[in-house]
Amino acid sequence: MSDTVIETRGLTKEYVRDEFHVNALKDVDISIAAGEFVALMGPSGSGKSTLLHLIAAMDRPTRGEIRVLGQDLRALSDRAIARWRNERVGFIFQSFNLIPVLTAIENVELPLKLTNLSKKERMDHASTALRLVGLGDRLGHLPRQLSGGQEQRVAIARAIVTDPDLILADEPTGNLDAASAEDVLVLLSKLNKEYGKTIVMVTHDPHAARFATKVRHLEKGALLPEGQPELSASM
Amino acid sequence: MAIPIAYNLRNLIVRKTTTVMTALGIGLTVAVLVADLALVNGLRQAFRSTGNPMHVLVLRKGGTAELSSAMSRTVYQDLKTNPGIARDSSGQPMASLEMVAVISLTGIDSPHGMNVSLRGLDPMGKRLRDVPILYGRWYQSGRREIVVGRSVALRYPQAQLGKQIRFGKGMWDVVGVMDAGPSAFNSEIWGDLNQIASDFNRQDTASSVLARALDAAAVPALVNSLNDDPRLNVTAMREQIYYDNQTNAGAPLQILGMFVSIVMAVGSSFAAMNTMFAAVSRRAMEIGTLRVLGFSRFSILTSFFFESLLLAGIGGLLGCLLALPLNGMTTGVGSFTTFSEIAFNFRVTPAVMIPGVVFALILGAVGGLLPARSAARQEILVALREG
Repeated sequence: MSDTVIETRGLTKEYVRDEFHVNALKDVDISIAAGEFVALMGPSGSGKSTLLHLIAAMDRPTRGEIRVLGQDLRALSDRAIARWRNERVGFIFQSFNLIPVLTAIENVELPLKLTNLSKKERMDHASTALRLVGLGDRLGHLPRQLSGGQEQRVAIARAIVTDPDLILADEPTGNLDAASAEDVLVLLSKLNKEYGKTIVMVTHDPHAARFATKVRHLEKGALLPEGQPELSASM
Repeated sequence: MAIPIAYNLRNLIVRKTTTVMTALGIGLTVAVLVADLALVNGLRQAFRSTGNPMHVLVLRKGGTAELSSAMSRTVYQDLKTNPGIARDSSGQPMASLEMVAVISLTGIDSPHGMNVSLRGLDPMGKRLRDVPILYGRWYQSGRREIVVGRSVALRYPQAQLGKQIRFGKGMWDVVGVMDAGPSAFNSEIWGDLNQIASDFNRQDTASSVLARALDAAAVPALVNSLNDDPRLNVTAMREQIYYDNQTNAGAPLQILGMFVSIVMAVGSSFAAMNTMFAAVSRRAMEIGTLRVLGFSRFSILTSFFFESLLLAGIGGLLGCLLALPLNGMTTGVGSFTTFSEIAFNFRVTPAVMIPGVVFALILGAVGGLLPARSAARQEILVALREG
């Protein structure tokens, strides 16, 4: 039986925006096993990004339990969460979020700056990660010297350089053309199938979801039963 | 520091215009401070270079300044027999009776007139001070001839070699220009004691006596001996101490300069703060990303704080460069002791520039703390959304 990587019980997130009370997530129970590639789908405002952010400990739930990689995230301090995320989680953003003044290899090296590796070891790891994503010849390029697809591949390299147990991707193909998007999805699929990485990907693109091994749908903050598409898609 | 320094340095380079403007603002503040410190440093150097460690200056009892001291020739005759005073090869005591007065000269910076020290020395006085002549020759005894210090010749056109100056009872010929190095003697005019005393109707009373001790170690004993001699009724002190005490002429300048610098610093630190707040706002997405990657709030704070220090450090160095051309420039200040002008050079030295750079860093620290704190306190999702 696979290990459970992510487990939530009654996970709820509410917040107040101006004077409006918003239920971003309502009583979400989800269980994701090691080695799965799960796509979270749903229309805008369905809570999929909120769920991803809670899994990444970028936000704290209002109610409910959440255990990720065996860790109860509610019990960790800010500093402990930062260390945990650096060691165990890789995050891929929709807008790549590369640091503009750092080169590709320096961007990928960033998470390793928090480890005890020497400079040489960090650069070796970073260049290996960049070669893995097919950018071995772009080490010294700044983000503005790369295409969108290349930038996202640098971001993927940055996400995997610490060899994390869990990769979280928030609309990783949202800002890419079709060809670049395909490259990114193939890469993610490779990371899952060949390297056994557990991946949770938020997407609204059904084509992207086809690369996942499992698809879960959210609608208006609620997680739909497995196998049930969202109401808006089924109509 | 976990976040690479290259991140901060390159961000300053990428925003060249903002960086230059802010650094320039800080630099101007530092330049004012360094200029002020250089001025005071030059003044102190001038006084500290004046005075021989083997010399004792003797004034009337309780006197603090040569100008207000009255030394009779009779006292001088008794004083110079003190066994603690060195003798030259012919057995003459190495003690000089001198008269100090002030005359008014019009100059480049003082069209309405400025007091300049006039010193009448006997031949031993010239030997004791051993100041070289730069142009012309020494004055001759019994003649209405004077030698001016190099700073006097520079600042007062009427006191240049070959010219004449009117003071006392008539005209005096400038026959030489002396170079006393950085010392205060460069701000004086020297002439024959008897001729000058006659012009000022002070044939019986001079101002002071300068005496050389047997050696440097014997100076304290000579000072005590002269002070304790009831016949003389004088106040003796090391010549160096007499001039050291005059460095208080720089105190008002120093206070004024510091005040102006602090006022400017308030403005400059707000400029630095504004620049850093803008940087934090512009780089919100980067801050959020760094937090997601695992960098702590403290790392963010130290990174932005360091960037502010870097910016201020650049400003500090710029300020030192702006002040550097002042080095060696001559200026003058009125002394409350001699009631005359002391000319001296600005001295921009590392001892003056280092406090300037430190001042800039303090300014950067004050200006950078709040923005750095703001960067560190941002919540991840808010930061990512703002980017």
